[in-house]
Amino acid sequence: MQQSNYIIEVNNVSKQFEDGKFALDNVSLSIRKGEFVTILGPSGCGKTTLLRCIAGFQVASSGDVLLNGEDITQIPPYKRPVNTVFQKYALFPHLNVFDNVAFGLKLKKFDRTTITQKVKSALKTVGMTDYEYRDVDSLSGGQQQRVAIARAIVNQPEVLLLDEPLAALDLKMRKDMQIELKEMHKKLGITFIYVTHDQEEALTLSDRVVVMSEGKIQQIGTPSEVYNEPVNCFVADFIGESNILNGVMLEDRRVRFCEHEFDCVDTGFGENVPVDVVVRPEDWYIFDASDAAQLTGIVQSCIFKGVHYEMAVLTPNGYEFMVQDYHAFEPGREVGLLVKPEDIQVMKKERLCNTFEGEILAGNKVCFLDADWDIPGQVAQQFEVGTKVQVTVGFNRITLEDHEEDGLLTGVVHFILYKGDHYHLTVRTDDGEDLFVDTRDVWDDGDRVGIVISPDNIHVSPISSEK
Amino acid sequence: MSRTNQPPMTSAQLEAARRARISRRRRFFSQTYLWVLLLVLYAPIFVIIIFSFTESKVLGNWTGFSFHLYEQLFTGNAGRSLNSAIVNTALIALISALFSTLLGTLAAIGIYNMRQRDRKIINFLNSIPMINPDILTGISLFLLFVFLGISRGFMTVVIAHIVFCTPYVVLSVMPRLSKMNPNIYEAALDLGATPMQALRKVMLPELFPGMLSGFILSVTLSIDDFGVTFFTKGSGGLETLSTFIYVDARKGGLTPELRPLFSVIFLTMFVLLLIINWRAERGNTKKQNNDK
Amino acid sequence: MKNLSRVFSSRRTWAWPYVLFLVLFVVLPLLLIVFYAFTNGNGQFTLRNFADFFSKSEAVSTFIYSLAIALITTVICLLLGYPAAYIMAMAQFKTPQVMAMLFILPMWINFLLRTIATVELFRFFGIPLGEAALLFGMVYDFLPFMIYPIYNTLQKMDHSLIEAAEDLGANRTQVFAKVVLPLSVPGIYSGIIMVFMPTVSTFAIAELLTHNKVTLFGSLIQRSFGEGGLTMWNYGAALSLIMLLIIALTSFFGSPEDNDANQKGGLL
Repeated sequence: MQQSNYIIEVNNVSKQFEDGKFALDNVSLSIRKGEFVTILGPSGCGKTTLLRCIAGFQVASSGDVLLNGEDITQIPPYKRPVNTVFQKYALFPHLNVFDNVAFGLKLKKFDRTTITQKVKSALKTVGMTDYEYRDVDSLSGGQQQRVAIARAIVNQPEVLLLDEPLAALDLKMRKDMQIELKEMHKKLGITFIYVTHDQEEALTLSDRVVVMSEGKIQQIGTPSEVYNEPVNCFVADFIGESNILNGVMLEDRRVRFCEHEFDCVDTGFGENVPVDVVVRPEDWYIFDASDAAQLTGIVQSCIFKGVHYEMAVLTPNGYEFMVQDYHAFEPGREVGLLVKPEDIQVMKKERLCNTFEGEILAGNKVCFLDADWDIPGQVAQQFEVGTKVQVTVGFNRITLEDHEEDGLLTGVVHFILYKGDHYHLTVRTDDGEDLFVDTRDVWDDGDRVGIVISPDNIHVSPISSEK
Repeated sequence: MSRTNQPPMTSAQLEAARRARISRRRRFFSQTYLWVLLLVLYAPIFVIIIFSFTESKVLGNWTGFSFHLYEQLFTGNAGRSLNSAIVNTALIALISALFSTLLGTLAAIGIYNMRQRDRKIINFLNSIPMINPDILTGISLFLLFVFLGISRGFMTVVIAHIVFCTPYVVLSVMPRLSKMNPNIYEAALDLGATPMQALRKVMLPELFPGMLSGFILSVTLSIDDFGVTFFTKGSGGLETLSTFIYVDARKGGLTPELRPLFSVIFLTMFVLLLIINWRAERGNTKKQNNDK
Repeated sequence: MKNLSRVFSSRRTWAWPYVLFLVLFVVLPLLLIVFYAFTNGNGQFTLRNFADFFSKSEAVSTFIYSLAIALITTVICLLLGYPAAYIMAMAQFKTPQVMAMLFILPMWINFLLRTIATVELFRFFGIPLGEAALLFGMVYDFLPFMIYPIYNTLQKMDHSLIEAAEDLGANRTQVFAKVVLPLSVPGIYSGIIMVFMPTVSTFAIAELLTHNKVTLFGSLIQRSFGEGGLTMWNYGAALSLIMLLIIALTSFFGSPEDNDANQKGGLL
């Protein structure tokens, strides 16, 4: 058997819940010994499920989890050399600090003096000496957190799992604990797998960040990689603040967006390929309008954010940019904007339009997304009834209605991306299918909408027979 | 000229005084109402307690202060059937409460971990013995024992009491479960405890207050019961306090020895309730302190 | 083997003993009531038991009389109990808990003892036993069951709702009619159920309170199981089934949250 450099390997793990939904969808991840890896994502993205599969509280529906090259997928949690720090600490309320920390050691039948010695040293590591005989309920959140960490590390686990351990603390405390965690990691030399939804925490703490969404891993990389070179709109939007726009890659190192051509450093996209472009707000240079400007615009708003000012700049052709700078430009002022080629991040578009599988029905209708849609007669007549076809609908060809009854189909606004001059919405239908809609209307996450597509905007083509 | 030295009141002051008067009067009436209601509620109880300290055979006939009835009760001279009724009541209450507590606690943990739909079904079944009037629970169990050919006696009464006590145990334990951090069981497993060890070392200590409440509740319900016992005790001569009192009362009037017994039961209940309330109160304040 | 250990480590299975117990000692006995109600002494299907009941005018009038007594008791309890619960919940007592406990305490004393105490009290004052005594005794026995749930609901009510109503210009009466009363409806429901169900099914109390002058439906059922043997049991089962229907209907109509019967357990 080949010796593995990885302490934890997650291979093609999927976890399907009883209701049929996938919490994890074919996730693979390898973690080196001694690494500090953060799994980052919004709530419900599957990050906690992944952690629980590693801890053993949940068993993967398929795929396997290896520890030091050995398959532990079916091993119960109490036989795994990993320990967990739980989100709400999960300290045993009926035991005092000492007995909480000693819990695992007592089960392993260590002798008394060893237990006392180990507990004391663990409490020292977390800075909780002299608290041994305190009731855990009498401790503050931060102190409980420290005891929870001590309780886990006293067992000298090979891997320490941390499930949003700082989420319940206030901001100040969180910052302090971040630094302490980082130091603890260095001192203990064990592998940390850390789950959080706080992108700043992830960037601060980790050697590598795993960005997850909807049960899938979106990107794995060092903090600076995921920040500076996001692979898709989700990562760009979720980590840090960003201006995301539709663009066209004209040729290598040349991209066009906001009706202007820019030099950039990206290559290999091909010519005249639609792409997504990301420019971080702090990467824009802002100055009084002059010839040096790549874009000009009018400042719409200016908010002081402590260290910098955050300004919204509207260009004459209707694109809005968020710009951060140490200097304030008051609203109404005409300004120039400039971005360096290396600060433009170009990303391949995941899709260009909505694509569905459909079936031609009698009466000039086509069935897709479990609904029957009208299409123009001359289009329908090109196909026999019952033919399977490919249906495409442009992002901006779908109308959303406030009143659900007005739509042939209903759904919920699921994800919103601002693209400078319009919103790119993900609408999840009641059957769980996703639809992508470009609109200038403002919707909120969670809004219920009716979905309308006019017959002329439904494009039907034969399914290409290639397989 | 009575108000010569006082400046005349302004209309606002008059209004305020009027309001204060009304609110005082209102409070007086509402307080009085409560006390009168309580007085009526407790009058029969007090009459019996008072007349437990005299030897008279008939209530209302004070024949001088005496502990005689208490002496009789506690020295076991109150009649053999009353003594055995007291012993039976205590035994039945303790045994059925013990079994109810075990069964109900396990059940509560199980139900808590069930899927929503299953949980609803079990909760419905669990609520039947609570909603069902005594007489229906009694008769349905009577028919069951007759149908299965089980002769009725001590055992059947205990089973019947477990039937109507366990739902309350489930309800007492359930809130502890939902208040409990769901991760502490997993934390125990994570630290190397087997599921059995996790149950013993973490879950049970956590659930204990709920189990104790359920146990106390079961004991009181069991002692209190008449309807179910009546139908499940059979004709073998098994009597509990309730059935003894019933027979006694039908013969006409309350046997004098029951008066001290009644007083003792009342006091016990009073103390038990005080303890339960005090525990609940303490739990609340403790929780509030933690929230701060 | 692995699967077996997984079955027992899933805590869901821990309820199985109780589920079995419930089926054997709750569901099966209720089905037996249905079975006996529709059979004769030989176990053959018959509607005789119900026909017997409806043909006996005495039995039917007892039934209606019992319903009426239960209704009247419930109404009196509500009229007496609501103000008490309201006063306790709203007044700023130093120790509202103690006051509430004093009202709850009688709930926990053997109702036979309480009933006998009432009878003794009547005798003490030389009041004759009869219908009035019956109503008094029933109200006396069940009043705490009305006060407790209403008090509970009112006490849990967010006090700022009242202030909000006053802020929006409602006077005392309007605050009560438009805010407090509607919000206490669940408590009233529970109270009605907790009083009506036991009063409609009560037995033994009536005989004691009226010196056997009045018979209620519950006593009618009880008597058919006391003597006679099988045919009487079948008749009694039919009567029980009628009562079961009334109970089911009451709890069905009266349970917006389906936790009414939990009130007693909620005490702890």
